[in-house]
Amino acid sequence: MSEERHMIPVWFFAGILLFVYGILIFISGLTEWSHPPDTVLASLHAPVWWGVIMIVMGGLFIQLFRPKKTDK
Amino acid sequence: MIDFGALLHGLVLAPAAASTGMIGLSPVDLAIIAIYFAAVLGIGFYLKNYAKSGEDFFVAGREMTAWVAGLAFISANLGSLELMGWAGNAYQYGILAAHWYWVGAIPAMLFLAIIMMPFYYICKTHSVPGYLQLRYGHATSGLSAITFAVMTILMSGVNMYAMAVVMQVILGWNFTFSVWVSSLTVGIYVALGGLYSAIFNEVVQFFLIWLGALLIPILGLVETGGWSGMVARIHHNFPGQDFTHMWGPMLHPSQNPMGVQWFAIVFGLGAVLSMGYWTTDFLVVQRVIAAKDIRSAKMAPVIGAFFKMAVPFIVILPGLLGLAVLPFHLYPDNVVAAHPAQHLHKFDQVLPLMMARYLGPGLLGLGITALIAGFMSGMAGNISAFATVWTYDIYRPFIKKDATDKHYVNMGRWCTIVGLFISIAAAYVVTHFGSLMDYVQALFSFFIAPLFGTVIIGMLWKRATKAAGFWGLLAGISTAVGIFFTIRFHPNSVSWFCFYSGAKPLAQQMWQALWAFVAVVVVSGAVTMVTKPRPEAELRDLVMGLTEIPSEGDLPFVKRPIFWAGLCFAIFLVLQWIFR
Repeated sequence: MSEERHMIPVWFFAGILLFVYGILIFISGLTEWSHPPDTVLASLHAPVWWGVIMIVMGGLFIQLFRPKKTDK
Repeated sequence: MIDFGALLHGLVLAPAAASTGMIGLSPVDLAIIAIYFAAVLGIGFYLKNYAKSGEDFFVAGREMTAWVAGLAFISANLGSLELMGWAGNAYQYGILAAHWYWVGAIPAMLFLAIIMMPFYYICKTHSVPGYLQLRYGHATSGLSAITFAVMTILMSGVNMYAMAVVMQVILGWNFTFSVWVSSLTVGIYVALGGLYSAIFNEVVQFFLIWLGALLIPILGLVETGGWSGMVARIHHNFPGQDFTHMWGPMLHPSQNPMGVQWFAIVFGLGAVLSMGYWTTDFLVVQRVIAAKDIRSAKMAPVIGAFFKMAVPFIVILPGLLGLAVLPFHLYPDNVVAAHPAQHLHKFDQVLPLMMARYLGPGLLGLGITALIAGFMSGMAGNISAFATVWTYDIYRPFIKKDATDKHYVNMGRWCTIVGLFISIAAAYVVTHFGSLMDYVQALFSFFIAPLFGTVIIGMLWKRATKAAGFWGLLAGISTAVGIFFTIRFHPNSVSWFCFYSGAKPLAQQMWQALWAFVAVVVVSGAVTMVTKPRPEAELRDLVMGLTEIPSEGDLPFVKRPIFWAGLCFAIFLVLQWIFR
């Protein structure tokens, strides 16, 4: 899709957003570690591992689909 | 009609009002939502430079890969009202609601991929009315295009209204704020980058919808101790009711809360209604037409079908989990409205309630962003489809035939904006005349089945004539309209059409579609027999038997769309057996 006109692949945009969201959610999970929110199963610390999953997923997309030097 | 005072009031006071809804958002949640809006606008501005020609703006240069087209195809369908509405239906009807995701989607998506897509793609049409123009001429195409354009833009407004109401109830956001901020964002990025922008954002939205919604069923199953634990809790909470079997209660309509028979599910929903939506509703088909080659065009719906098959995990399962874990019951809209002092919750609020149950700061922002993303992807689909059909199927053939390509692109951009304002106006009209919402939604359902009948007859039967296309489509629409209003004004007549007096609106819709399809087939067949067929040379690349489908003989078997479609269908059958 992007080869002919050097368009940045959509996966790269998705990767950036997932990566940024992953960091925000991960940090949010860490800050509430000692004072879990008033939600069911808060003891599982879902934001921490969900944040990590999003960081890894976003990082992979960024690495695999980052614009090459020939791209404009 | 538009209250700018209220708009300013909403823009200024909206953040402060965020604490008055069912769910309160933290700063990190608001940051996640704000970043989302910035990202979709950024993508729109980036893609502006790539949407120069009509081919770019209206069909994204026809250079989308199968994965991009497939994810956009499914994302355009994953509106937030659909997410919340079907989670609510799952709470109300149990796993019966999954019929709309499986038998009501998968066969149709695979049929589009393998049977219909080659014709759409090879004739190089830019839209479904465009195909009708080539196959049947301007009269049928015009009828289809005008009805589609009007209904699409009205539906967009109705969805906008419903979404703003949801945001008001759940988050306490101001109605005007929700309508204007979300719709202007969609309008800007679609007007800038056209279908490129809509598709790129739909792919991003696809990830957000899944990642925002996926934790609810995961944590819900952990809480209940898995599927069997959930079923045991449902039986405990609702003794004597069957919420977890799909086909068992279908032998007689009195055995299920929907009042529907298996025949209507298989033929009304599976063979007509879903075929109509997935194969002829240009909102979704447009994404596949943008594929880069015929193999990608065939693979895109197959990829979409795999994900569609998994959607019940994030939509139906939260509804079922709501039956199992919520400490109170949910009720129909009219019951909630009749008892305002008791602060009851509606069926449709089950998804946000489950969000509030499991998601803390950060994750809640992601979940709400998923709902907003769902709304915006659906709206972008409506607006971009409207711009294409208006420009290519109404403006060009009937108003200005010989303009330059640049002129049509500008028209596409302007009508994106105009369409947006019409949608906003429709949303405000609905705030004053609530019953209009039911009628607009019903109007849309009038055209789906007849359009499918007309298109499929045109593709598979070369003898079908121009007059047959027009009169068949008109007869189908008239039949659907007639049945709808007959039942509306004479409720006892429901048993004439549905063979059961207790058929609920969803069941009525299936029978209405089935009868409309029958009307198209009968009238098209009859008119064809008394009118002169077109020469075969004019039907080349439009009709089965006169279209050369490129061979896939050089591809390994595992790379052929038919292999993946077969695998998808096999999994679909296994799911029917498991949840029978």
